[in-house]
Amino acid sequence: MQLDGKTPSGPLQNKWDKYRFETKLVNPANKRKYSIIVVGTGLAGASASASLAELGYDVKAFCIQDSPRRAHSIAAQGGINAAKNYPNDGDSIWRLFYDTVKGGDFRAREANVYRLAQVSNNIIDQCVAQGVPFAREYGGMLANRSFGGAQVSRTFYARGQTGQQLLLGAYGALSRQIGAGKVQMFTRRELVDIVIVQDKARGIIVRNLITGEMERYAADAVVLATGGYGTVFYLSTNADSCNVGAAFKAYKKGALFANPCFTQIHPTCIPHTSDYQAKLTLMSESLRNDGRVWVPKDPTDSRRPNQIPEEDRSYFLEEKYPSFGNLVPRDVASRNAKEQCDAGRGVGPTGYAVYLDFADAIKRDGQDVIRRKYGNLFDMYQNITDDNPYETPMMIYPASHYTMGGLWVDYELQTTIPGLFSLGESNFSDHGANRLGASALMQGLADGYFVIPYTIGPYLATNGVSEVTADHQAFHDAAQKATEQDQKLLAINGNQTVREIHVKLGKIMVENVGMARNAAGLKQAIEEIKSLREEFWQDVKVPGTASDYNLSLQKAGRLADFLEFAEVMALDALERDESCGCHLREEHQTEENEAKRDDDNYCHVAAWEYDGYGNTPKFHKEPLVFENVELTQRSYK
Amino acid sequence: MTTTGEHTINITLKVWRQKGPQDKGRFETIPVQNVETHESFLEMLDQVNEKLTHEGKDPIAFDNDCREGICGMCGCVVDGIAHGPQKAMTLCQLHMRKFNDGDVIAIEPWRARAFKVIKDLMVDRSPLDKIIQAGGYVSVNTGSPQDANALPVPMEVAEKAMDAAACIGCGACVAACPNASAMLFVSAKVSQLALLPQGQPEAAQRAIAMVNTMDDLLFGNCSNHRVCEAVCPKEISIVNIARLNREFMKAGFASEAV
Ligand SMILES: Cc1cc2nc3c(=O)[nH]c(=O)nc-3n(C[C@H](O)[C@H](O)[C@H](O)COP(=O)(O)OP(=O)(O)OC[C@H]3O[C@@H](n4cnc5c(N)ncnc54)[C@H](O)[C@@H]3O)c2cc1C
Ligand code: SF4
Ligand code: FES
Repeated sequence: MQLDGKTPSGPLQNKWDKYRFETKLVNPANKRKYSIIVVGTGLAGASASASLAELGYDVKAFCIQDSPRRAHSIAAQGGINAAKNYPNDGDSIWRLFYDTVKGGDFRAREANVYRLAQVSNNIIDQCVAQGVPFAREYGGMLANRSFGGAQVSRTFYARGQTGQQLLLGAYGALSRQIGAGKVQMFTRRELVDIVIVQDKARGIIVRNLITGEMERYAADAVVLATGGYGTVFYLSTNADSCNVGAAFKAYKKGALFANPCFTQIHPTCIPHTSDYQAKLTLMSESLRNDGRVWVPKDPTDSRRPNQIPEEDRSYFLEEKYPSFGNLVPRDVASRNAKEQCDAGRGVGPTGYAVYLDFADAIKRDGQDVIRRKYGNLFDMYQNITDDNPYETPMMIYPASHYTMGGLWVDYELQTTIPGLFSLGESNFSDHGANRLGASALMQGLADGYFVIPYTIGPYLATNGVSEVTADHQAFHDAAQKATEQDQKLLAINGNQTVREIHVKLGKIMVENVGMARNAAGLKQAIEEIKSLREEFWQDVKVPGTASDYNLSLQKAGRLADFLEFAEVMALDALERDESCGCHLREEHQTEENEAKRDDDNYCHVAAWEYDGYGNTPKFHKEPLVFENVELTQRSYK
Repeated sequence: MTTTGEHTINITLKVWRQKGPQDKGRFETIPVQNVETHESFLEMLDQVNEKLTHEGKDPIAFDNDCREGICGMCGCVVDGIAHGPQKAMTLCQLHMRKFNDGDVIAIEPWRARAFKVIKDLMVDRSPLDKIIQAGGYVSVNTGSPQDANALPVPMEVAEKAMDAAACIGCGACVAACPNASAMLFVSAKVSQLALLPQGQPEAAQRAIAMVNTMDDLLFGNCSNHRVCEAVCPKEISIVNIARLNREFMKAGFASEAV
């Protein structure tokens, strides 16, 4: 298969204009004849549904939660980037583009990233007009901060609730279209299959989570905005319902899955402490602006942190990276924390945590200043851990947070299945091997507000209105298959709950496909995943029936997907025999344990094609061509 | 892994079980052993559900998603209080260290005329979405706005708008209100947008449309009991209700003038 990214020709700055000028438009009077299904109502899906409906398309939107406002985007804390350059500190579209490509360790497509930087400014305008209460300066202008070690202040924020406020803005726009009858909203629905008729995406099958019924919906195009797959690690910063299901169903129907091994592990999360822990809560990255990360030098040191004198502490990030110190990028901070803990210097009841200490900042600025900056986070930390971070250092440990990999899409955000598009975290498009802080919100809204409304048009205009309805045999077959899987799961009646098996999968993934990977570990993981999959299909216990609200059954379906998908992740990590961004292969590191890229052999997107259950998927490459930036080695020394 | 030296308690749940909207429902008593005190309330329910699953019984259905107090999906009445005993906290952020060994804990779904019970502790809160659909937004199409800084907003105003915008749409205010009114929820959105210049052109119309829709959807009226404010996990203030009333009055005058 030849993968064509469909990047328009010409200078980088003109590509998006050129694309918009040259593509076929849908006659405005005809737009209402086209129906579009949008799965997901996070930033990407809600903004897409609203914008497409405003244009006149007939939109059906779907989400798992009881309301579109609860998509996982709601949890994003820190902020959203844009190249406004309001602080006049040297930012520009080019710089945002460059930082994103470099931050992704040169594993993303230049043209897509440039477009992202171009539309970033429109996003802020749009959100402000919707009434998103961004933080302001005294004069009434928008406030900006520097985030994730960026050297310019380009991050817009709404307290520690930026994702919530942006999502509520998009939800407002979506609600307006629902109220106007332009969008039909289906909540508490989970996609269980995508229906392909004559090689084109023509609709979806969803489980009605309340009645258990398999419902069939047809449309002229299908858009997936279903988020990331971070919960493959079981514990993560993601919400409970996050899953790979929709993207994985697309993959099984022939859409290629790109760079599945690129996953981001966030350095500052509340560590794992108890058996029944359901999540690892994120403590915003901004804490590293004032907190100092350290561990005791002596692994046997059992004193309380405040009793350990300076000379017995190792501020390992400051020591190793004198110029960036505690502000090194996420992957570097995470890996170093793990290294310390693996060497036995970790703290806390499990030994898998490091201190994040504010004592110096409090001494320097006073408690009030620190409270004003981080009060919410400190309260949240204290509520969860019962420790007071004003008095004793926080304990943090890295956790699965974001997935850069996703469905392969071209410049139009179309997957390899005609008529099937993918937006937001569910695609692989813009962040390469590592995402910078505050760039996921930007990408989700860019895709939904400003890209898909243009790029879906040419497909619709070329293919015309489809005759296929949800009564087509393909829909009945797909619904039947999904029902059969449910029956099979219910009939196993084994000894392990879905959660117990997911915990086992998480362990395999964290140990071998997590922050540091090597060939032997990956090969072992593949074998372990395969046998765990067998175990699941023989020993899982799913109570209840399929004709009712049945969370165990929903979760069993999601886990079944993860148990197949995890293998593709490990395979991809094995195939990528280099280190880049978040993907550290222990065989390829510099003397200082930094990722060592191999641009001669791995400057490509790895895209996997499903080849039947249990078979090794087919591997495809999309070479990455850099015409505008020079590939350099990251260095944060 | 279990943490060493950490507390565990034994408790008894009296939990509402209801198969579906038509079922009458009843309390079921479930003893729960070995609850680690730093489990969250929902992790404790997970623990119960694991046990029920092993016994081949139907797990307790409850809504949740983010488990960090922001999505608004969780929520039950615990010992008579929406979201439980801890102030300004969603149920998912309540921890078991707030309970004592031997406690009997009653758990019920939100009860309000406008919210039907779906199963056990899950209710249908879609009426809240319908209220927003009636006008809880600024009517602006994608692509039309001017530069974001063309419209300065004083910092205090932005902060007040943000206070109101913090509502997570959980519905606890409705569940706690003796009239099952959604006034706090409605007023939060009306206030956020009325405070900001962007929201002003539609302020009057928005207040009327949202309040009327609230009435149509069987929510009750506000008679100043203030329980809503007391249970709100995001500390949305009833000052917003006063602001809503002002908008509503203004709207009334405006429509009479036409
Ligand atoms: C704790 C946390 C903090 C973060 N902070 C930041 C930040 O400060 N800045 C930043 O830029 N990024 C941040 N991120 C990342 C960012 O929030 C996400 O990448 C982004 O919001 C994803 O948006 P999305 O629209 O692609 O998907 P989501 O918001 O995850 O939405 C997915 C949607 O798809 C639906 N869905 C999923 N599967 C199915 C299915 N099978 N059937 C039907 N519907 C389905 C869901 O119901 C939901 O509506 C953070 C992430 C986390 C976890
Ligand atoms: S006002 Fe408070 S209690 Fe009511 S829905 Fe909003 S957050 Fe929940
Ligand atoms: S689960 Fe999201 S607020 Fe409680």
